[in-house]
Amino acid sequence: MTTTLPLLLLMTSLLPAAVTFFLAQDSHILRNTLQLGGAVIKLGLIVWMLFAVATGATYEAEFPLAPGLVILLRIDALALLFISLSGALWLLTTIYAIAYFGTKAELSRFFGFFSLCVAATTGLALSGSLISFFIFFELLTLSTWPLVAHKQNKPSLAAAKVYFTYALPGSAALLWAIIWLESATGPVLFTEPPDLSGLDPAALRAIFALFIIGVGVKAALVPLHGWLPAAMAAPAPVSALLHAVAVVKAGAFGVVRIVYDVFGAENMTALGVGVPLAIVASVTIVWGSFRALQQDEIKKRLAFSTVSQVSYIVLGAALASPLAMIGGLVHLVHQGLMKITLFFCAGIYDERAGIKRIEGLNGMGKQMPWTSACFSIGAMGMIGLPPLAGFISKFYLGLGAMEAGAPWVLAVLLASTLLNAAYFLPLLYRLWFLPRAEDARGDERASGLVLPAVVTAAATLGVGLLAASPISPLGWATLIVTQGYGP
Amino acid sequence: MTALISWLVLPLFAALAAIALPSRARLPAALLGVGLTVVASIWLTIEVWNTGAVTVSLGGWRPPIGIALRADGLGAALGVMTALVMVAVALAARHELAAKVAGPRIGFGFWPLMLLLWAALNAVYVARDLFNLYVGLELITLTAVALVAISGKAAAIAAALRYLLFALAGSLLYLAGVVLTYAAHGTLDISLLAARTVAPGDALALGLMTAGLLVKTALFPFHVWLPPAHSAAPAPASALLSALVPKASLLILLRIWFEAMPELATPMTQSALASLGALAVIWGGVLALLQSRLKLIVAYSTVAQLGYIFLVFPLAGGDGAAQPWAAGAWTGAIFQMLAHGLAKAAMFLAAGIYIAAIGSDRLGDMRGLARALPMTGFAFALASITLLGLPPSAGFTAKYLMMTAAFASGQWAWALVPAGGGLLAAAYLYRPLSAIFARDTALTPRPIPWAWQTVPLVLAALSVALGLLSSIPFEFLQIGRPEQAAEGL
Repeated sequence: MTTTLPLLLLMTSLLPAAVTFFLAQDSHILRNTLQLGGAVIKLGLIVWMLFAVATGATYEAEFPLAPGLVILLRIDALALLFISLSGALWLLTTIYAIAYFGTKAELSRFFGFFSLCVAATTGLALSGSLISFFIFFELLTLSTWPLVAHKQNKPSLAAAKVYFTYALPGSAALLWAIIWLESATGPVLFTEPPDLSGLDPAALRAIFALFIIGVGVKAALVPLHGWLPAAMAAPAPVSALLHAVAVVKAGAFGVVRIVYDVFGAENMTALGVGVPLAIVASVTIVWGSFRALQQDEIKKRLAFSTVSQVSYIVLGAALASPLAMIGGLVHLVHQGLMKITLFFCAGIYDERAGIKRIEGLNGMGKQMPWTSACFSIGAMGMIGLPPLAGFISKFYLGLGAMEAGAPWVLAVLLASTLLNAAYFLPLLYRLWFLPRAEDARGDERASGLVLPAVVTAAATLGVGLLAASPISPLGWATLIVTQGYGP
Repeated sequence: MTALISWLVLPLFAALAAIALPSRARLPAALLGVGLTVVASIWLTIEVWNTGAVTVSLGGWRPPIGIALRADGLGAALGVMTALVMVAVALAARHELAAKVAGPRIGFGFWPLMLLLWAALNAVYVARDLFNLYVGLELITLTAVALVAISGKAAAIAAALRYLLFALAGSLLYLAGVVLTYAAHGTLDISLLAARTVAPGDALALGLMTAGLLVKTALFPFHVWLPPAHSAAPAPASALLSALVPKASLLILLRIWFEAMPELATPMTQSALASLGALAVIWGGVLALLQSRLKLIVAYSTVAQLGYIFLVFPLAGGDGAAQPWAAGAWTGAIFQMLAHGLAKAAMFLAAGIYIAAIGSDRLGDMRGLARALPMTGFAFALASITLLGLPPSAGFTAKYLMMTAAFASGQWAWALVPAGGGLLAAAYLYRPLSAIFARDTALTPRPIPWAWQTVPLVLAALSVALGLLSSIPFEFLQIGRPEQAAEGL
């Protein structure tokens, strides 16, 4: 069972993808069964694996392609964190997407690529070596492109083109970095940090920069973030997936892997690359928030907010102190929960009330109470109000900054929090306190849309309230850091 | 031995049958020939896999008196790729070039030419004698020129004539080199030449043969004949011309440089060949970007894709001792030949479907065709992934092996070629893809049989599967691998 489980996890999304492509447009029941079935089985496998890993089981599957080119699937604590997040949110997004699309056109194509995208994310989470990581990273690019272009109208096709224009040079940089590094160290496995002594520091700094450029495109680090707001032309479930689980998160996950499993905290300090990365992350955090403030479209505002929020994860990794890392890792989960809630809600406003711009939110709180309550929880979490998820992340990042001897980071966190409040609070004010426009109508009679949002909003509250429990994301992140990277 | 011989003569007999039999029996005979040759190539592959390289001395006479044939991993692998492409082309041609659709000349002429080309290709894959290689190459050229001209249109005739002139010049150069070699050493057997004492005229002979083969391979700057010729032929013929024909002269080039005369390679000549390859990648890519017809884009992409393979000259070998996987450039180059063959054939067959559906391959007319022909659009996209060199396709395996070899041997600058070439390929393939997948439709396509639509899809999927399952072909290609492939020139 130790080798089959990682493959099974991959198959729970690959097989539905392979079958879905060939289904007729109107075989809704079969398609939905495949999608939901795959998601439920995957979640079940993940839960089962969580228990098994807790009792000391290890899982590894190897698939050689050529000498040095080996797909290695391994389950470690970090992989579990990411895969649990993606497994849970995939199920919710599938429910949401089925309700969202109803009987619209080209559904088999959409859900085929949707499953493929999740398969790529699963593979990415399970990757045990750099080259496997790269392979799934590319598969993710390829499978998300048709999702971004799904509507096939001018803005989506333009957005898809912009996406490729950013992503492919990023991949080239990443592949270059991997091959350069491995030419000196041999194939890099995440279990044992490579011996970097064969490369001189200047080369290592260049490799590190290439790595960060490569994954930074997906993580939307400024100035490589331009594709993300453009990709808002995609349907709402795609945005939710892109921002919370798949693409952006894959980039942030990549940063964590590269910082901790490839270079290691000590080497980062010795090379002096941690501080520049922290500065890039800080600039991204502030710039993303600042740009969010200027957006009048709800989805655009959320997109720039993602640019900003994801860099908390990068910041936590860059600071390279245990507490900061806990903050970054836990934000990997927390940001996913909060952002997917917000996008679910933005999709509901658009779909059920035709609201795209922030003015439209005026007074909708009473019209659409569930949606608006969820949206408010997500937004307050993003601002970092206790006891919500975002507060925990920011608290640990702040502590970590002090621990790492970088008190200036506190200023960044403070500025970002103020900006977060500045661009989210007016939305809440509009929702609950402003009078509704005469002709504004909205309803929530679509449980498939509202239920996922309620679940993720409850989770946003729950992970904050129960943060002290060992099975919370915080407990898990603490375990990862103390086990793997403790001093 | 039987496998090898039947693999060589079966397509020849089938070609003759397709000419000589009464008209009703021609197509069945040709298709039977295709089927039997496929069986023979599977048989040969199994034999090579089980017992190593298969050598046959014709008539029992060993070189230097007789001539030898030898199927090594490289030859047999190209044979399998050729068989796959041939089957696909035959299945597509049944619809596309049926006499009642394409006229009696194409309906009658295509099948013998295709089978003759197959026989000639197989002969080149296993020939061990420079003159035999010449004969095979000439036969390939003549059938290829005929395939270009087969439609009888003025543009096709002009392109075929241009092709013929270039090809004849190439043949003469190559033949001159062969004559010089024979005059100096009294043998043309590759293995015997490898053991010769170097004569002063060898460098000139190698230079002449190489120049001739570069013209036939359409390496930059000798590529000008290729795009018009490959785009003027009917699509199934284009698939043969682009996927298979340049591989034959390329294979001879590898045989001469790596097996017959490896000691003549100097760092300068190796870099010169690779530089021409790099220029081909850039020039072919830029010109592909400027075309507005699908077949021309695909044809220029052939110029670019062949360029990568020339990186093998400086990169083969490398610092193999320090990094055991770094000796992969040779295998990487062959992976590129195989991957390109499958993907390029898929693209031309897809183009053939589009032309059959709307009667045009202008990008503007092709808008929105993915809606009516989703499988073909998907096939084109999959083949594009291979040409871009993105994982998990075989194009990626090729690129990865070459790039690691470049870094491991301290010549990292050559790694820029596959990295940059992939981005260029993305740029020039994005245009046809975005046209095919556009929402609005320009023309209403005629219906295309389902069985025909699956042909390019299967080929394109194979080019990706070759990457996913690359460990088996990787090992297969090491069978009978020349020493210099591992140690460098």
